[in-house]
Amino acid sequence: MKNNKLKILTNGIIKENPILVLILGTCPFLAVTTQASNAIGMGAAVTFVLLCSNVMISLLRKVISDKVRIPCYIVVIASFVTLVQMIVKAYLPALDVALGLYLPLIVVNCIILGRAEMFANKNNPLDSALDAIGMGVGYTLAMLAMASIREIFGAGTWFGLPVPVLKDNNISIMTMAPGGFAIFGILIAIINKASNGKAIKKKDFSCEGCPSAAACNGQNCAEKREAAAK
Amino acid sequence: MNNMIVSVNPHVYAKDTTQTIMRDVLIALFPAVIASIIFFGVRALLVEAVCVAVAVVCEWAFEKITNRPITIMDLSAAVTGLILALNLPVSIPIWQAMFGAFVAIIVVKQFFGGIGQNFANPAITARVIMLVAFSGAMTNWLPAAFSNAPADAVTAATPLAILGGAEGALPTLAQMFLGARGGSMGETSCLALLIGGLYLIYRRVISWHTPVAFIGTVLVLTALLGKDPLYQVMAGGLFLGAIFMATDYTTSPPTPAGKLIFGVGCGLITVLIRVWGNYPEGVSFSILLMNILNPYISGWTKTKPFGGVQA
Repeated sequence: MKNNKLKILTNGIIKENPILVLILGTCPFLAVTTQASNAIGMGAAVTFVLLCSNVMISLLRKVISDKVRIPCYIVVIASFVTLVQMIVKAYLPALDVALGLYLPLIVVNCIILGRAEMFANKNNPLDSALDAIGMGVGYTLAMLAMASIREIFGAGTWFGLPVPVLKDNNISIMTMAPGGFAIFGILIAIINKASNGKAIKKKDFSCEGCPSAAACNGQNCAEKREAAAK
Repeated sequence: MNNMIVSVNPHVYAKDTTQTIMRDVLIALFPAVIASIIFFGVRALLVEAVCVAVAVVCEWAFEKITNRPITIMDLSAAVTGLILALNLPVSIPIWQAMFGAFVAIIVVKQFFGGIGQNFANPAITARVIMLVAFSGAMTNWLPAAFSNAPADAVTAATPLAILGGAEGALPTLAQMFLGARGGSMGETSCLALLIGGLYLIYRRVISWHTPVAFIGTVLVLTALLGKDPLYQVMAGGLFLGAIFMATDYTTSPPTPAGKLIFGVGCGLITVLIRVWGNYPEGVSFSILLMNILNPYISGWTKTKPFGGVQA
């Protein structure tokens, strides 16, 4: 049982890393990773919202009717995002300027809605909190890795501090959109190679976490399992 | 009766292999290499050697790591490296030239599956990436030997930049043709590039369609727009692009009609960028954009099989 909890916590870091394996929430990932400090700020904001909304939705999972669950999730998430936005505006105005539009856009970040739909509405608050922390850490680490590469090679600095040789020999395309896309692709390829492609293929068609499980009653999965067995 | 051999098609073979074709391209680039050394000094040779070496090593290393057949002996990586080098200014820092060759081979060629699979010409894509990444170093033109730049000049604007308002004296038409002007190492000498192009056409490595359509479109359009057409044709990287890069087998249409459309499209975009764009030169962008349209052009101009019935 304890092992299980640990698994939930570490799931989001590599095996189901929300960005590099599940490919969720890529818009802010590409947009704000030009500086490592922005990545940390964005990662912290997303982790906070994810934690609060996962716990809240898990607590409310028996109250919320299945038919109106998406609007309910959005209301919960939007409340926490507004909270974060006000705090950041009040205490970290520089971060607010750097993140700009992407801070309020956390409301529509796929990771948060995805975890609410896939995890929090089926699990108890403790598991949901662990899942949120794991996913948040995975998100932040991926952001930090991407931002570090882009900032060190693109601008020759790291967290704003100049890096010796690279400061004068920067490859500015790294901090522009094409460099972002290229490095994103390379990072996905590395993760996929490191996990032997298992990261994406490993889902063995379980109904758990399948959004259309209610509609299909497990028929689809049974057919796929048969096909796979053949 | 014993002499009759029954076999499946194809019945006619050509001796061409990728290696012989690429060897011909290298031979055709030789005059341009000589011209680059004459006009820009020995450093030109150094940059060319570095680009070729890095391109070949990258190809070898990537194929080694991914357990694919090693294709460096088909010389295509060497050609890519050399064409890229000829597209760079002679003053380019060596590490940036290495970065360019790395991008050309690894990112543009090998990531998409190696030779024959790349969606765009590796050399031109790497040049455009370098132009965006190192805009300062990529437009730092040194004065060429035998040019009309003052003896104490440190940099020399390209003819197109001068036409666009930069300071400097315009070279004469003869200087333009021979190559005594500011610009990338390999693009300045129209004479050397023309010799190479004629050799490739004679050896049937390329057909005349793409270069003639490309250069002809620029000639006609600039004349219509009231520019000096001869000057516009010889300026910039038009000859290098039209002869050596727009004719890349993988990224240009295979049929004559397709090649003509491809060349006209390249010429059109080049003139649009030169006349109304932010950059003084548009040859590399035009080839890159037409590379992206190539699958459509190839589809429209597909040869119908003789006796074929529409399915």
